[in-house]
Amino acid sequence: MDALDVARWQFGVTTVYHFLFVPLTIGLSVLVAILQTMWHRTGNERYLKLTKFYGKLFLINFAMGVVTGIVQEFQFGMNWSDYSRFVGDIFGAPLAIEALVAFFLESTFIGLWIFGWDRLPKRAHLASIWAAAIGTNLSAYFILAANSFMQNPVGFRINPDSGRAELTDFPAVLTNKVALITFPHTLAGSFLVAGSLIVAVGLYHVIRNRDSADAGAYRFATKFGSWVVLVASAAVLFTGDIQGKIMTDVQPMKMAAAEGLYTTESPASFSVLTIGSLDGSREVFALKIPYLLSYLGTGDPHGTVHGINDLQAQYATQYGAGSYTPIIPVTYWSFRFMVAFGMAAGAIALLVLWSQRKGRTPRSKWLLRAGLAMPVLPLLANSFGWIFTEMGRQPWIVFGEMLTRNGVSRSVSLAEVLTSFTAFTLIYATLAVIEVKLLLRYARAGVPDVSEEHPVDDTHDDAERPLAFAY
Amino acid sequence: MDLTTIWFLLVAVLFTGYFILEGFDFGVGMLLPVLGRDDRERRVLINTIGPVWDGNEVWLITAGGAMFAAFPEWYATLFSGFYLPLLLILLALIARGVAFEYRHKRPEASWKRRWDTAIVVGSVVPAILWGVAFANILRGVPLDADHEYVGGLLDLLNPYALLGGATTLALFATHGAVFLALKTTGDVRQRAGALAVRLGVGAAVLAVGFLTWTLSIRSSAAAVVLAVGAALALLGALAAARVRREGWAFTGTAVAIGLAVATLFAALFPNVLPSTLDAAGTLTATNAASTPYTLKIMTWVAVIFTPVVLGYQAWTYWVFRKRIGVANIPQH
Repeated sequence: MDALDVARWQFGVTTVYHFLFVPLTIGLSVLVAILQTMWHRTGNERYLKLTKFYGKLFLINFAMGVVTGIVQEFQFGMNWSDYSRFVGDIFGAPLAIEALVAFFLESTFIGLWIFGWDRLPKRAHLASIWAAAIGTNLSAYFILAANSFMQNPVGFRINPDSGRAELTDFPAVLTNKVALITFPHTLAGSFLVAGSLIVAVGLYHVIRNRDSADAGAYRFATKFGSWVVLVASAAVLFTGDIQGKIMTDVQPMKMAAAEGLYTTESPASFSVLTIGSLDGSREVFALKIPYLLSYLGTGDPHGTVHGINDLQAQYATQYGAGSYTPIIPVTYWSFRFMVAFGMAAGAIALLVLWSQRKGRTPRSKWLLRAGLAMPVLPLLANSFGWIFTEMGRQPWIVFGEMLTRNGVSRSVSLAEVLTSFTAFTLIYATLAVIEVKLLLRYARAGVPDVSEEHPVDDTHDDAERPLAFAY
Repeated sequence: MDLTTIWFLLVAVLFTGYFILEGFDFGVGMLLPVLGRDDRERRVLINTIGPVWDGNEVWLITAGGAMFAAFPEWYATLFSGFYLPLLLILLALIARGVAFEYRHKRPEASWKRRWDTAIVVGSVVPAILWGVAFANILRGVPLDADHEYVGGLLDLLNPYALLGGATTLALFATHGAVFLALKTTGDVRQRAGALAVRLGVGAAVLAVGFLTWTLSIRSSAAAVVLAVGAALALLGALAAARVRREGWAFTGTAVAIGLAVATLFAALFPNVLPSTLDAAGTLTATNAASTPYTLKIMTWVAVIFTPVVLGYQAWTYWVFRKRIGVANIPQH
């Protein structure tokens, strides 16, 4: 074990952890804004209750996303300083813009929304949650543009004197085709999580508190969330399909590694199950669907998909001797888990909608269990998606330009990285337990009573009035 | 003025803004057990910064991003070199941020006590370590010819840097007390006002000592002027705090912190991270900078979006301008 290994583990753990909270922030900010808009438009108290209820769950989660996000920005310089030197001219810009354009918007207006319930005019308060939602979604774009440069570097040249990457075309970086497709794919994955959470919590109350005065609100939430999940599932599939074709084009090794495709095939079959030899150079057993991989990778059922061994030979010629093959079992299985877990959420959403057809009230214990499992499924799908896309890029940190092992900080010792990795793992694990317990507590508590809260009496000085949503 | 100078100034402005804004957040956090005698009073204190602390922290993220984009070498060397202090700052900011949000989410006293500890520790640690870090940036650190940090943790804990840490701690505590006197009513306001004067005397002594030492390490005409300005602003703040002119006192501590940070940057320029070893290791605004093309794009982005951000942040402060007291805190 050396500092490089630990730095990689730390990046993996902190990034996957950060991305447990981000999708919920991205999706739920918009969905809560939609619920509040419905209240604003209709005046129906049911939507106000749901806004406050899901808004509270949103905020419990939001805090975790914020604090784990700072680590991400600092980590590039702390553990990956040679990477930062190499790409800083390009990579720093989207990060700075993300902070200036998106994070300020998000954080400022979240503050206004939390504390503004009875201070701001209703319209301004509604606009606050929308502004925060827009900021959150914008931030995803900039960070994905930065990540896409690592997958498919564009708009730059290598300065022969310094050996560093220099920006030559910023619009090209922002319109990197990998960024343009990864952004909607990530948003769709995020709405899958947010919609699933709404369904899970709603369904729990629909089944458990069937006679509650708020049963109607929960039924609505369950259906609303289910539709979000279905639309998001369709969007995930559609964008994922396009993304697969772009990946085959710009990172053929990643596609081959996703499939455990060792030799070039045309047409190529999609692997349902491939077991490779221990050294990972050939397959031992495979169950395949003919033509499907060619179609997924190229759009043509007879298209050519390059195999791992051929690409490895090609890269060795191009970049010099060495292994350019990712760890195949990791890419192969993470890709499959991503697809399976993501689609499972969509399937459960269909069942939930079916169980409530024509005003029926579902009672099934099994349906409840499936519903409660729902938010976990797309979270796993998202995590495996990131593990796949980052591990599939290896051994590169910037594809074709810099190897991961050359990006690590030279001045940081193994002891230092170990300290940092251990500290983050411990604090993250502790906070995860606390966060999940809080979420469950507030999810069980159900929608709040809003009867005495809302009419703002502007005629009185509010100096002595209790504040809403105070910390 | 060339682009690298403009970006040096912008990074300086972002860190200055960060220390002025999060400075009072840190102060409020560390004074939580001192000025908040019961749970409702502590909630008053936390709610004075409730709507704004997150936005204030984004100044740090933006400063870090701007440093990365405009001076990648500076960002890379500094963040990998100051590894353990930055790790502690990150852990503190994590605990503190979550604490604000979660403290009131359960009624048990033990639950609240734990989060209060997180808020206090999470405020004290970065308040000290930012001073240590910036003092070291000014003093210079051991860098080899590749601009790699070759010192250890103990190199960062020199007497000058420790004085820097004590100074920021005292300044932020004073700034926080002054802020609380301005934003609260009743007993809390009185106690905060009285404490501000006592803390302010200590902060003034430390700040004058630290700035004098700073100017003896490296200096420029601008740095001297700024340092004198910082000292005068702090004395003005003290005088205002004594006669309970809270608005003026807050203006004074804000200006004093701003000018003190500006002094460091003015004394540092044109270096960004001097080497105490080989002069070739010194990072300057020129040799650490990105290409002119990147700087030009970033300048356009900054010119367009900074006024917008300042506009809505100012509006937030306007919306939440009223003082709050225990009467504003709901019973549960």
